[in-house]
Amino acid sequence: MTNRERRNLRNGLLFISPWLAGFAAFTAYPLGASLYYSLCDYSVLKPPVFVGGANYQELLLDPVFWKSLSNTLYFAVFFLPLATVLAIALALLLNTGVRGMTVYRTVFFLPSLTPLVALGILWMWMLNGEYGVVNYVLNLVLNPLGFQAPIWLQSTAWSKPAIVLMSLWGVGYAVVIYLAGLQDIPRQLYEAAELDGARWFAKLRHITLPLLSPAIFFNVVMGLIGALQVFALPYVLTDGTGGPARSTLFYAMHLYNAAFRYLRMGYACAMAWLLFLIILALTLLVYRVSRKRVHYAG
Amino acid sequence: MRDSRTSAFDHASRRTDRPGSHANRLSRTHALAIHAVLLAGSILFLFPLVWMLSTALKPLDQTMLMPPRWVPDPVQWENFREAVHYIPFFTYARNTLTIALLATLGTVISSSIVAYGFSRIEWKGRDPVFLVLLATMMVPFPVTMVPLYAVFRNLHWIGTFRPLWVPAWFGASAFNVFLLRQFFLTIPRDFDDAARMDGCSEFGIYRRVVLPLSRPALAVVALFHFMYCWNDFLGPLIYLIDQDTFTLALGLQFFQSRQGGTPWNLLMAASTLVVAPVIVLFFFTQRTFIQGITMSGLKG
Repeated sequence: MTNRERRNLRNGLLFISPWLAGFAAFTAYPLGASLYYSLCDYSVLKPPVFVGGANYQELLLDPVFWKSLSNTLYFAVFFLPLATVLAIALALLLNTGVRGMTVYRTVFFLPSLTPLVALGILWMWMLNGEYGVVNYVLNLVLNPLGFQAPIWLQSTAWSKPAIVLMSLWGVGYAVVIYLAGLQDIPRQLYEAAELDGARWFAKLRHITLPLLSPAIFFNVVMGLIGALQVFALPYVLTDGTGGPARSTLFYAMHLYNAAFRYLRMGYACAMAWLLFLIILALTLLVYRVSRKRVHYAG
Repeated sequence: MRDSRTSAFDHASRRTDRPGSHANRLSRTHALAIHAVLLAGSILFLFPLVWMLSTALKPLDQTMLMPPRWVPDPVQWENFREAVHYIPFFTYARNTLTIALLATLGTVISSSIVAYGFSRIEWKGRDPVFLVLLATMMVPFPVTMVPLYAVFRNLHWIGTFRPLWVPAWFGASAFNVFLLRQFFLTIPRDFDDAARMDGCSEFGIYRRVVLPLSRPALAVVALFHFMYCWNDFLGPLIYLIDQDTFTLALGLQFFQSRQGGTPWNLLMAASTLVVAPVIVLFFFTQRTFIQGITMSGLKG
């Protein structure tokens, strides 16, 4: 090693040393400890007691665990496609060159700034069964047809759709990403396609969507990871209970309750590791499915 | 990689004054139809915020009218005065600001130093170590949540602000390190060499050359981390115990759950006070905001 190389190594390590310390203390050690705790009976008040695979075994037999998992997948399955279609549609509309694009963009973006706690409380009020403004408007339309608006958060059937709806309100962040992606598509491509007589749909299918695919991939993966860990919104809406009848008990909430309400920290760690595996598996699946379709330009 | 980073930035800054791609080819009816859809969408997206403000300004009995009263009459501004006592708003705001400012400062300083080590110095083993840093972004918080709690408990930090801001001083936000590294790579090396000729130390180059040239990227990191702290719910929920240490997000939830059936006008006034600073911040930093989102979105 030359003098210069040695000096660079020393300087490099010196510069990243804050991260090295942080990595050891806040990531590497907790990862190892968490894996070990997942094999232990652990309440944080007393030292952990090794119990082997008992936590995992109990998890797989626990109907509440399965309920929380299916609730979470339900949310992801409905929220992700709806959010993707809505965000792309809005971005396409904004990218048509209408006047006031930046104003519209701001309007659609604003709700995504709302802190989740405020967002939850606001929607609790809007969806209130008695005085909620949403049902007032819905019933104006539904009552003459002989229908009644649902009671949303009080109903086991409608509580999850309500949370999907609230989350869709925050779609503006993705709209901004898609809009940036759309504006990077060279205009010549559309002009060439038009010379060949391509209509709107053909241009969308053969130019816009393929060139937008990296942004779509990014948003879907980030959305998936976020959807599987949805926590703050249902926690606020139900004060952590996941009611009614566990219909909004999501995976991360069940995990939090196990750890901090019932002090079953080992059990919670086992849940966390399963979550990690589920996230990795689903991300890999999205990657596999999209690999041939995602088009990276340049 | 280097080029795409610059271009993401250039595009973001050019974007606002660039006309859309099909502007001149839109027929009048087309444009009208698009405006109609966008306007309808805008009403749907803005209405909840407007309704929050409207409820916040009503006397309590008017919040429970059916059909609802759209515009409050009289406009009851006192609700805001009452709301800041109803939830101890100023205490919560001070706690939130303390945590957010300490954490944001720590993030900007530590992630820029670390990013410098990962981009401007060539050392043996750098790239494999950087891959480790990238990999930590994949770890979901619940996985490390319990051991972290145990560590902070042993340090007697539970119930203090420390678990919420100290990690930020150790480059804990891998994503910010990544973002800054990408930006640092776009700064020409000649600047360093010139400074080095003048006898500048490595830290001097970081401090006097790289940092001043990276203001836009540092602003993005600072803004987003501040927002993250302002909105964070799970962290304060786990680590804070006493009511007078609560942050705004935690305090708002606490009061809402305490009151069950509720004075909705005061709750909406309190929510407005939590949302409004974020919206004001957005309007003052709009460019940085949009740039930041584009930066994080185009290169995932």
